[in-house]
Amino acid sequence: MHTNNSSDTLTIGGRSFDSRLLIGTGKYPSDEMIPDIITASGSQIITVALRRVDFRATTDNVMHHIPDSMQLLPNTSGARNADEAVRIARLARATGCGNWIKIEVIPDNLHLLPDGHQTLLATETLVKDGFVVLPYINADPVVARQLEDAGAAAVMPLGAPIGTNQGLTTREMLHIIIDTINVPVVVDAGIGKPSQACDAMEMGADACLVNTAIASAGDPVAMAGAFAAAIRAGREACLSGTGSVGIQATASSPLTGFLYE
Amino acid sequence: MEIRLNGKPERLTGAITVGDLIREKGLDPETVVVEHNLAIITTVDFDQVWLEDNDNLEILKFVGGG
Repeated sequence: MHTNNSSDTLTIGGRSFDSRLLIGTGKYPSDEMIPDIITASGSQIITVALRRVDFRATTDNVMHHIPDSMQLLPNTSGARNADEAVRIARLARATGCGNWIKIEVIPDNLHLLPDGHQTLLATETLVKDGFVVLPYINADPVVARQLEDAGAAAVMPLGAPIGTNQGLTTREMLHIIIDTINVPVVVDAGIGKPSQACDAMEMGADACLVNTAIASAGDPVAMAGAFAAAIRAGREACLSGTGSVGIQATASSPLTGFLYE
Repeated sequence: MEIRLNGKPERLTGAITVGDLIREKGLDPETVVVEHNLAIITTVDFDQVWLEDNDNLEILKFVGGG
């Protein structure tokens, strides 16, 4: 763990980042807002999805709103198994936007929980194929270990199901993942408030990925700034070393020299 | 002839390349990624690939996502 905050960077796939807040591009009231979100969040890594072109719609192109300086992290959303994830990853790379991929293999649309086995299979294939692989997983320490061994550049365990804003419902498993995994741990999904992102960072997470909580806020740009501040605070607290938790009180003021003595 | 375009039948009036079809649909070839019969075609090859009857073509682009 770093102790010098000024040189504290997040390194994934050989690239270093000052910001530990990853953001998504989904669900915004308007894509026009994305440049302001990027500025307010200070984020340097941003996710996008790949979809069939709708020939009847004259939709905006989300890429017009993402500066070239951002590290693009396409996801494989829509994949229901490893083969589909690999197919989407290769298509994403063919756009010429780099070789990073967030593997997302989700077999059911009700809880949107990721399939760890299929995610591992896709990771093995894509790592061999030269991708920088960031798999989205349930907060399962065993799966996280297997993914690290398979060459994942980071692991992205969920705090709660996607879009629920429930916070760190997987807290105890996140603790174990943070304690045992050597590649960066990015808490992804379910974070609903800046305090929860701060909490994850205090616990020792390396970064958080936030989409819904920012995109669905009353003022998404202001909320992006709030998340950035919370993540900085949580990281600094983690590096500073939090004090121990006790049951009995320990006085902060001297217990001698009272007036009545 | 007829192809499947993004999962739906698409009738084409004559010989056409992937690049021409993309432009005919009002799309900028630089903004899309194309899979032709499950093989990825790079942008520089769009004008070299001629579509044939029963071909399967997927034209995709990035959208907002988390």
